[in-house]
Amino acid sequence: MASVAKPTLQWADGRRRLVAGGVWDLSTARLLNARLPKVAAPEGGEPVAMDLSGVDRLDTAGAWLLERVRRRFAAGGRDVSFVRVPDAFAELVEDMQKVDIDRMPPPLRPRPVVSLVNNTGKVTFDLIHESLLLLNFLGLVLITLGKVVANPRRLRVASTVYHMEATGIRAMLIVGLLSFLIGVVLAYQGAQQLAEFGAQIFVVDLLGVSILRELGVLLTAIMVAGRSGSAFTAQIGTMKVNQEVDALETLGLDPIEVLVIPRVVALMITMPLLVFFADIVGLVGGAMVASAALGIDYGAFLNRLQDAVTLNTFFSGLVKAPVFAFVIGMVGCFQGLRVTGSAESVGRQTTQSVVQSIMMVLVLDAGFSVLFAEIGF
Amino acid sequence: MAGPQDFVIQAHGIRSQFGETVVHDGLDLDVKRGEVMGLVGGSGTGKSVLVNTIVGLRHPQAGTVRVLGRDPYDPDPVRRRDLQKRWGVLFQDGALFSGLSVSENIQVPLRENTKLPQSLIEQIARAKIAMVGLQPDACNKLPSELSGGMRKRAGLARALAMDPEILFLDEPTAGLDPIGASSFDDLIESLRKSLNLTVLMVTHDLDSLNTICDRIAVLLNKKVTVGTMDQLMAMDDPWLRAYFHGPRMRAAQHAEQGA
Repeated sequence: MASVAKPTLQWADGRRRLVAGGVWDLSTARLLNARLPKVAAPEGGEPVAMDLSGVDRLDTAGAWLLERVRRRFAAGGRDVSFVRVPDAFAELVEDMQKVDIDRMPPPLRPRPVVSLVNNTGKVTFDLIHESLLLLNFLGLVLITLGKVVANPRRLRVASTVYHMEATGIRAMLIVGLLSFLIGVVLAYQGAQQLAEFGAQIFVVDLLGVSILRELGVLLTAIMVAGRSGSAFTAQIGTMKVNQEVDALETLGLDPIEVLVIPRVVALMITMPLLVFFADIVGLVGGAMVASAALGIDYGAFLNRLQDAVTLNTFFSGLVKAPVFAFVIGMVGCFQGLRVTGSAESVGRQTTQSVVQSIMMVLVLDAGFSVLFAEIGF
Repeated sequence: MAGPQDFVIQAHGIRSQFGETVVHDGLDLDVKRGEVMGLVGGSGTGKSVLVNTIVGLRHPQAGTVRVLGRDPYDPDPVRRRDLQKRWGVLFQDGALFSGLSVSENIQVPLRENTKLPQSLIEQIARAKIAMVGLQPDACNKLPSELSGGMRKRAGLARALAMDPEILFLDEPTAGLDPIGASSFDDLIESLRKSLNLTVLMVTHDLDSLNTICDRIAVLLNKKVTVGTMDQLMAMDDPWLRAYFHGPRMRAAQHAEQGA
């Protein structure tokens, strides 16, 4: 392709005729783009004819470059026309003359300061708007949930069970591993500090209270938010992109009832079970370290545990699980339904979903702590 | 007569299989330089599969593909890329990159494959937008803000960005209104003339088949049968008869003669 003639542009007939020749296409466009602005129109307003008879190859890029010269010459009111255009290129040249790029909005150029101010405002308003939407969605879910409770046959059992498996049984490995390791780490770290006071046995109190009250439920919630909350958003979001959600509506089905309730209910059932599992595995991890490294055997560990924790300790952790589950499930579904149009939007809302649900879980957890301290639970 | 060099697309002995299902078996297809070939066939006969096979997206179970005399499955990525620069593909729903505006979508191939300055790339992209008949204000819009027909035009503009030698179109006029569809046909026709374009288009638009296709390839019995409209209409296959002698065809031809 490199063998063909270079593009040429020359004046003829005493600068009344501009003769173009050779190859005018993408391969020569860079050269032409640099040279063409130097081609000046003759003095005075005489008409100019652009003669294309020598052009061997022309594509849209080349045609556009020629058209750009024509427009520059014509800008002063001069009459400029293309003549002797080879038949094959006639339509392309004609099409280019119709192209009106000035009517198009300018390309978006980044303007740092303006966009900083702009984005600050936008984010603030979006936050307010989204909070209101979430509140609205909370209401919708609660009403629908109420209807389902009043008439349990409206619960989609198959879907609920499916999501229980996906969010519960399949999460056990990772939740268990996390919890076990946290138990191990806590036991080691706690024992080192407590050994200074000769109070190694209190490592059992430390493990029992911290895992049962806080860590078991909190870590499980974070894991579930990252694992299942994000999955809910991606699933529902993709359905939104495929217009499946619209299809449900037109079939007279309520997307909240069909998509949201089974997920939220499934999560509210499985999460307390996961938390219970995480509590036990965490304590087992701690007990193994205690017996292997600290010389507290399993019997002593259990005895001490019974003194250290009460049923209240256990329940004060577990009672938070369904609440967190509801929040994670609701936010996951809410963000899924917020997806608009594109694959990129699915990704954005999924990130939003995880960040938002973890944030809300942490805030709620702090609230619970204050509440339990006040009522002495 | 056309020699082997004049065939820009050569697919020989293609066999495509999905599990147990054989879609193509010993299929041969040759497309000449500068012709517009329509590709038709019933649902599930593998029209899109064939196009994907030719553009190197789906390795056939058997057979060879040559496009412009080169192998789209060449293990050397540089040679493969050289070939890819010389064709444009329009997918069914446009397949625009959803995170980029229309103008940026069209600029992608130009940015990747040429060293043109940004200002010229911008102008070329805008010229393409105007050429495919999109409204001027569409250029900064995201694909999700466009209608189906506009997405298709934007997809065509991107396929044309590099002024390719071959254009693959997968149902270009499906979902367009009749005015849009016929202006699409005109566009293909004028591009073909000026760029000496070869076009392989999957289409069910009988008007397009009538007006711009030189030859038509029909997927029948896992192979293709190629011929002009008149040749195909004279054949005695039941599917062909049903396809080319149905009421819609008569209407399309009537319109053609009246015009």
